[in-house]
Amino acid sequence: MSSDWPRVRLHVVTGKGGTGKSTVAAALALALASEGRNVLLCEVEGRQGVARMFDVDPLPYAETRIATGLRAGDREPGSVYALHIDAESALLEYLKMYYKLGPAGRALDRFGVIEFATTVAPGVRDVLLTGKVFEAVERNSRNKGARQYDAVVLDAPPTGRITQFLNVSESVAGLAKVGPIKNQADTMMTLFRSPRTAVHLVTLLEEMPVQETADGIEDLRRNRLPVGGVVVDQIRPRDLPDEALAAARAASLDRSEIETDLKSAGIDTTDPLLDGLLAEAAEHAERRALEDAQHAVVAGLGVPVYELERVAGGIDLGGLYDLAAELKRQGMA
Amino acid sequence: MSNKSLHSDLDIDALIDDRATRIIVCCGSGGVGKTTTSAAIALRAAERGRKVVVLTIDPARRLAQSMGIEQLDNTPRPVPGVGSDGAERGSLDAMMLDMKRTFDEVVLSQASPEKAQQILANPFYIALSSSFAGTQEYMAMEKLGQLHRDAQASGQYDLIVVDTPPSRSALDFLDAPERLSSFLDGRFIRTMLLPARGPARLMSAGIGMVTGALSKVLGGQFLKDLQTFVTALDTVFGGFRQRAQQTYALLQASGTAFLVVAAPEDDALREAAYFVERLQGDRMPLAGLVVNRAVVSDHAELSVAAAVAAAERLETAPSDGAGVTAGLLRIHADRERLVARQQALRERFAAAHPQVATIVVPALAGDVHDLDGLRTVGRLLAGPAAEA
Repeated sequence: MSSDWPRVRLHVVTGKGGTGKSTVAAALALALASEGRNVLLCEVEGRQGVARMFDVDPLPYAETRIATGLRAGDREPGSVYALHIDAESALLEYLKMYYKLGPAGRALDRFGVIEFATTVAPGVRDVLLTGKVFEAVERNSRNKGARQYDAVVLDAPPTGRITQFLNVSESVAGLAKVGPIKNQADTMMTLFRSPRTAVHLVTLLEEMPVQETADGIEDLRRNRLPVGGVVVDQIRPRDLPDEALAAARAASLDRSEIETDLKSAGIDTTDPLLDGLLAEAAEHAERRALEDAQHAVVAGLGVPVYELERVAGGIDLGGLYDLAAELKRQGMA
Repeated sequence: MSNKSLHSDLDIDALIDDRATRIIVCCGSGGVGKTTTSAAIALRAAERGRKVVVLTIDPARRLAQSMGIEQLDNTPRPVPGVGSDGAERGSLDAMMLDMKRTFDEVVLSQASPEKAQQILANPFYIALSSSFAGTQEYMAMEKLGQLHRDAQASGQYDLIVVDTPPSRSALDFLDAPERLSSFLDGRFIRTMLLPARGPARLMSAGIGMVTGALSKVLGGQFLKDLQTFVTALDTVFGGFRQRAQQTYALLQASGTAFLVVAAPEDDALREAAYFVERLQGDRMPLAGLVVNRAVVSDHAELSVAAAVAAAERLETAPSDGAGVTAGLLRIHADRERLVARQQALRERFAAAHPQVATIVVPALAGDVHDLDGLRTVGRLLAGPAAEA
């Protein structure tokens, strides 16, 4: 089992709303944290989804150990840490760290500058959030006491916003033409555009999310941001062979044969039951055909594709490990 | 459909047929079919005799094409092919929000031409008016206010349907008046305005420290641009605040109806609960909840356990074609599991918010990209009563 992304330190996971990007980000973090590796999972949208998925208390602005990584191979798994990044805390920390702005930092807060910078000033919010992620990826042994990670996974904003989110140089370009902010934004861009970063996109096999994924990839490429893989989420189970799917769509499945089979399996068959099963099969087949068409589009995007089956009962913590194992098996981690 | 639900049914037709309903706002998290829902309601209302304009935020390309609004020009355009089965003839116009242009128009209407040009050219303004976070929500509400004023003046529309941006901050517009006020009256803005207005000696040591720190972090030009921006905007902000307050009052008025749109998923329903509580907290008129993309069970009566057991029996006893029957049983079991989970999620929501009228819309096989598709969605939204 070798990973498709051996050099990547920063995995950015994006996707259209409702595709399960946070679930995939969490599963990827578990998968990467196998064999003694430590992984940081970052959340930036203030929803505390990570805490819910891992069934822990809401996360503070501090790296917190939340889970043991996926067990795979001979070595003991590492740990997954999580960090909930909010712009206000990131700005105060930043001012303290880089400018030793003790009293002045507090004065800024008192004058409402912190609130201004993080809510009103455009782009600044994104720069602060990505800045903290950058710091976590790039920290080194000179930074005493800080934990170093083998990989960082970012549960990022949705596909429609991802390029703008990562394109920090552009965000500050109109505002700060020179000065330390500008320099730092440029340094961050160097990482985001390097082969040490990969932006993965999560999609469903439906027209709109697939279209958005294709647009997103084009957008990322145009901005020279490294496209990772596409994770196809919530794939319908494949319980019928292709010929049967075609027959189900054409309403030409052999009703009497099915009735015989059901009886032999000990089921009381009634006409409504048979009608119901056939109608469900027809609907399933119709959706499968639509999925197959979208699958062909995804396959044509020219990036590695990973596939996760839909879990009808919902995903609990155990389910996350199952997804992690599946991603690992397919080479995403 | 076996539906032992706690909630009452949301009657969309009653809502759109009621002439007193002047504005319908659809909100909810991303990926729940909010834009399609807005468009379907607008079309249904038009075909039932209302004069409707629908304001969409970011429609999928083919949906936009079908409504003839692939051009982002911030002006309502008639949607071709809208029929009418009511006694009165309805109409449907559609538009896609151009955030930056809407913002520019506000500035142009509020400031002197000279001042307006100064603002429009400022790098802060350009970034603010074209960045997504926050601005889109404000501008959607600004556009709603404009449409409403125009509609009242001209009588061209008697119903406005609004789609909102796909984020929790979609409700940020509720905070707009307050945020603008606190921003305007904030010490920071006063600080930024001081050097432009009064002699420097008025600056206290604290302010000196702040501007010093800002210059150090951001560079001198940044501070200068920001100062120009704030000074220029100061003159138009009063207008902004007033308009935001008017829109807020308009939303609270009885002619407005909020629809919260969700999918039967954990996250989407959690967001829906947040929206419901937020709207109630602000005393906004909530009409109900639309649960899209639901899997419904109206076919075979066979439990998950029985279906799985039978499938296993068929799979271990090989006979020709038994694999197909086993597959059918597994498809049924999978579907029943989904139905059960979705039902449980909906019931949890209903238990916490029993007063919220709800309509459950079955998932369609494909995406909607023509008026017929929207009509189908509209029929499903209207519920079983409309089928009869």
